[in-house]
Amino acid sequence: MLNIKNLHVQLEEEDKQILKGVDLTVEAGKVHAIMGPNGSGKSTLSYVLSGRDGYEVTGGEATLDGEDLLDMEPEERAAAGLFLAFQYPVEIPGVGNMTFLRTAVNAQRKARGEEELSAADFLKIIRERAKALKIDADMLKRPVNVGFSGGEKKRNEILQMAMLEPKMCILDETDSGLDVDAMKLVAEGVNALRNEGRGFLVITHYQRLLDHIKPDVVHIMADGKIVKTGGPELALEVENNGYADILAEVA
Amino acid sequence: MGEAATKPNPTEDRLATLSMPENGWADAARKAALARVREMGLPGRRDEYWKFTRPDTLVQADAPQAALFHNEEGPLFGEMDRLKIVFVDGVFDPKQSDDLTLSGVRIDRLADSADIHWASDLYGALEANGHYVPRPLAALNTAYATDGVLIHVTGKAEKPINFIYLHENETSDAILHHVVKLDPGAELTLLETGPAAARFNKCMEVDVADTANFHHVRAQGRDHERRAATHIFARLGTESVFKTFTLTVNGRLTRNECVVELTGDDAVAHVAGACVGDGDFHHDDTVFVTHDALRCESRQVFKKVLRNGAVGVFQGKILVKEGAQKTDGYQISQSLLLDDDSQFLAKPELEIYADDVACSHGSTSGAIDEEALFYLRSRGVPANVATDLLTLAFLAEAVEEIENETLRDALVERLQGWLERHRG
Repeated sequence: MLNIKNLHVQLEEEDKQILKGVDLTVEAGKVHAIMGPNGSGKSTLSYVLSGRDGYEVTGGEATLDGEDLLDMEPEERAAAGLFLAFQYPVEIPGVGNMTFLRTAVNAQRKARGEEELSAADFLKIIRERAKALKIDADMLKRPVNVGFSGGEKKRNEILQMAMLEPKMCILDETDSGLDVDAMKLVAEGVNALRNEGRGFLVITHYQRLLDHIKPDVVHIMADGKIVKTGGPELALEVENNGYADILAEVA
Repeated sequence: MGEAATKPNPTEDRLATLSMPENGWADAARKAALARVREMGLPGRRDEYWKFTRPDTLVQADAPQAALFHNEEGPLFGEMDRLKIVFVDGVFDPKQSDDLTLSGVRIDRLADSADIHWASDLYGALEANGHYVPRPLAALNTAYATDGVLIHVTGKAEKPINFIYLHENETSDAILHHVVKLDPGAELTLLETGPAAARFNKCMEVDVADTANFHHVRAQGRDHERRAATHIFARLGTESVFKTFTLTVNGRLTRNECVVELTGDDAVAHVAGACVGDGDFHHDDTVFVTHDALRCESRQVFKKVLRNGAVGVFQGKILVKEGAQKTDGYQISQSLLLDDDSQFLAKPELEIYADDVACSHGSTSGAIDEEALFYLRSRGVPANVATDLLTLAFLAEAVEEIENETLRDALVERLQGWLERHRG
């Protein structure tokens, strides 16, 4: 589903190479996790895939179901089925959460040549999906993420994911800033979306999120590359021994 | 002859093109106003309150031509039950207007109101009182207004009154003067819509008696080349409410002055505006609110969206007189600059002579929030739609000053339409 080959990326404003040849394939129905120390390029990978400004791809490719992601505008990537759950969801004063979600859902449907959802149908679906994430009517009415707690923001990300029904979900440190209960709630939301047709890439520092969202494959990223790939046991190894051993081993 | 060849006098040049209408009861006020114009002189570039806005085209003898502009939009507030008073290039049109009768209100035309008494105390009086800083274009208006209406609200007006201004002549130069008097406890919603004329000078005096309520919503219409200088002078009695909101789209030059005097305790005045300009657009809000009573509340909320070299100006003052304790004054002016060519000039002023007051003010200029834009796009919202959403969100704080939801929604729809037509 998601194919990344020898991806090289540097910052646009300075001559600094961040990704130095990333190779990664995420298959439909699978959950891949990327772990790695600070500064290894994990978040950069998520931003480059979703089309954020400020990065320059200097080599390699990234495709989603064969379509060249890197050639698309961010909204086209979204319509193609890519979704990034932000590490720091953005507050947007003056734009109601519900308006935002309906605009997004219908813009994607339109881009794919599907019929737009009516207000009534949309309301029915969002109420049901919000309820599962313990998001109340008030949170739906409020401006996007404004005044939301850390946990509320992350739940709101998962709600967006549930409404947009992407093919490929990238979760960028979704566990950061969450207490155990909030993390469980978010993980349940993600697990409810797991199915055969959908791929996940879960970026995290810590193994604890992976207790709740069980990965099929774990990658270790360091200095802009995937340096080791294994099963869930690799995450436990990191948890017990830190990154130093692994990095020493592959060096 | 030697004397005539001396320095040019723009004020006399302009006055020479005008002739003073005669309508009995207003004659004395008109003559007094003319004396004020001569004393102040018409505005020039060096005047303190005209530093950011060139007055030349507002002052010059003949109105610069303004092409008529039509688009697909139907009449604003077209579906509302309202009393329509139509002016074509500044002339009252009885055929397109409704019958001027409304329960709780008496309406007269300025041009044929020879026997009116109540307005003779007001016509030009609030204007004459409003020259904390010189406003010669308002005095010129009082002296030479050729039309307008006098509205006396004695109770709760049955429905809103809508002044509809149509612009049909490319060189029309209109001067209109309206007077609105609300008796104690009276209520009126006044709507003003349309581009009016190639050059429009409008003055409105509003006397809001104790416990009366006046709501004013105005949409200055869409002709790109029109020019306008407008003034509102309001006086507020005890526990009265005065709320005015102006939406401005397009227009080569618009100067809106609003002068409010809170003279009764516990009165409330809200003055708000939103404007969107693209290209050759200059919009100036000049607001002066005077607190001269106890526990009054005033708000000034102005938002401007500017692109392709458009210019926005805000000059806003809160004056708290001695003894006006427990004043609650608020002022905010903000601009959203959609490119580097556009410009926002702001001059907020506070002048306070009482020691137990709360007054705050702020002014900002900014661009579209790139983080928010990316967030929206990453959810599949196209860049231009996302920009429109963020622009409307920016304008929301001003638009929300309009209490009536129907009016608010109608204006938001206009704004959406404008944004769609003016995408970058």
